[in-house]
Amino acid sequence: MESAASVPENNGAKIVIKGVKKRFGPKVVLDGLDLAVPKGQSLVIIGGSGTGKSVTIKCVLGILKPDAGQILVDGEDTAKLRGNARDAYLRKFGMLFQGAALFDSMTVWENVAFGLIQGRGVGRKKARDIAFEKLTKVGLAADVGGLYPSELSGGMQKRVGLARAIAADPEIIFFDEPTTGLDPIMSDVINNLIVDTVRGTGTTTLSITHDLVSARKIADRIAMLYKGKIIWEGPTAEIDHSGNPYVDQFIHGRAEGPIKMEVKA
Amino acid sequence: MNFFTAVGRTTLELLKEIGRLSIFTADAVSSFVRPPIYWSLVLKQMMRIGFFSLPVVGLTAFFTGAVLALQIYIGTARYGAEQFVPTVVLIGILRELGPVIAGLMVAGRVSAAIAAELGTMRVTEQIDALTTLATRPVKYLVVPRLMAALVSMPLLVAVADAIGVMGGYVAATNNLGFTGSIYLNTTMNDLNSHDVMSGLIKAVVFGFLIALMGAYNGFHSKGGAQGVGAATTNAVVSASILILVANYILTNIFNMLNF
Ligand SMILES: Nc1ncnc2c1ncn2[C@@H]1O[C@H](COP(=O)(O)OP(=O)(O)O)[C@@H](O)[C@H]1O
Ligand SMILES: [Mg+2]
Repeated sequence: MESAASVPENNGAKIVIKGVKKRFGPKVVLDGLDLAVPKGQSLVIIGGSGTGKSVTIKCVLGILKPDAGQILVDGEDTAKLRGNARDAYLRKFGMLFQGAALFDSMTVWENVAFGLIQGRGVGRKKARDIAFEKLTKVGLAADVGGLYPSELSGGMQKRVGLARAIAADPEIIFFDEPTTGLDPIMSDVINNLIVDTVRGTGTTTLSITHDLVSARKIADRIAMLYKGKIIWEGPTAEIDHSGNPYVDQFIHGRAEGPIKMEVKA
Repeated sequence: MNFFTAVGRTTLELLKEIGRLSIFTADAVSSFVRPPIYWSLVLKQMMRIGFFSLPVVGLTAFFTGAVLALQIYIGTARYGAEQFVPTVVLIGILRELGPVIAGLMVAGRVSAAIAAELGTMRVTEQIDALTTLATRPVKYLVVPRLMAALVSMPLLVAVADAIGVMGGYVAATNNLGFTGSIYLNTTMNDLNSHDVMSGLIKAVVFGFLIALMGAYNGFHSKGGAQGVGAATTNAVVSASILILVANYILTNIFNMLNF
């Protein structure tokens, strides 16, 4: 296989991932992953299902602990963070989960306001106002605020998840498969929302998708993850001329090529 | 596979599990004393764990007390010692059956509910979502349930004690020909604070085990619906076994201390 794509220089990078390895039992998921996310830019990781895209994000958030390697955010090594320092670190992030991961015991507005009230000590009244403002921003009417997540469609849940991710105006936002499972029109609505909510705010975003349409729309740069490593990384416009057979196979969605689907349980 | 490899692997798995449980317990208990404590959640859980368990605990305690009176009568009548029925029922309920019956019933209700709820939150990534919203899951989810169980169980057992003794009274007066006033007088005369306290101490321990097993299994559930199902079963089975083992150990300790 090709050597790993060259890592862009770390100056100006908000997030730097260096040689991260992660395995579950005998299964190696990340195998020396190198990636830098430039400050204020939108980087999208593409790659097949089960290649470790979500695991990468969870390592950055400290939800999973890497077996080896280093993760720096604003130049700070995240492995040593404990207690209050870790809480402060987590307040930099917003995250839209693959399945939205809304709290089903709470109403929609309480979901959106949760990080403000519990994580940042904002008063309930003020947090409620912010929550409704963010719900408007993602195109949801005010009366949705009082519903429970189970009463919403998948697309609406994603929008609530998006509102929750941006509620506290975080410096960094992760989007994990924001359009997976949505119809093409709703996908485009979500893509536009992501672009609109992030553009011009200086927010750094790291997104995951295997939807190339979405990637082209929201990415400044694209990186491809394969077998635990980043095998290509570059500006969005260059994805069609990567010269990398793995990337070509992926973006054209061909069954034949260097990427072999592992068909096993 | 070689027999010794199998034994070795099982032992290692068991040790790993014990290690994980110890770390989880230490994390949860040390979070008791560090703010923030979510008091409103503690109250909500007390309603769910304590208040809503009252009917099932009350019913089981009543019939346990009743059948206890019937059986003790058979044993004591052989020696013409029927007058001891109220006392033996009282001690049996206060020291053993009140806490154990309430413990097992609440284990079935509450351990299962906690494991299913936290397990679903785990597999739908709601627990991860808490972390990304700068809220510590152990503090937000586990501590309120543990605290609520610690407070609720002694209250439930106190109720179970009263109803259990009443069950004995009803059976004795209806089926065994006891005079109500005599039965009650004997019961009141033999009421002893050590008997009550030992049962309530057990209740606190059982409450801790119930919430801990529910939370631990839910927190570490994997996979989808099947994983949550397994976590729920494990929670109930492990809580029930631990309650019975702890009961035996505690009874031994109380006996040794003449408590
Ligand atoms: N907590 C976990 N325990 C065990 N295996 C896991 C865990 N999380 C992810 N995996 C495994 O790691 C691989 C990559 O998962 P993931 O990052 O979710 O893939 P994707 O690229 O589709 O987001 C999968 O094979 C998955 O089964
Ligand atoms: Mg994923």
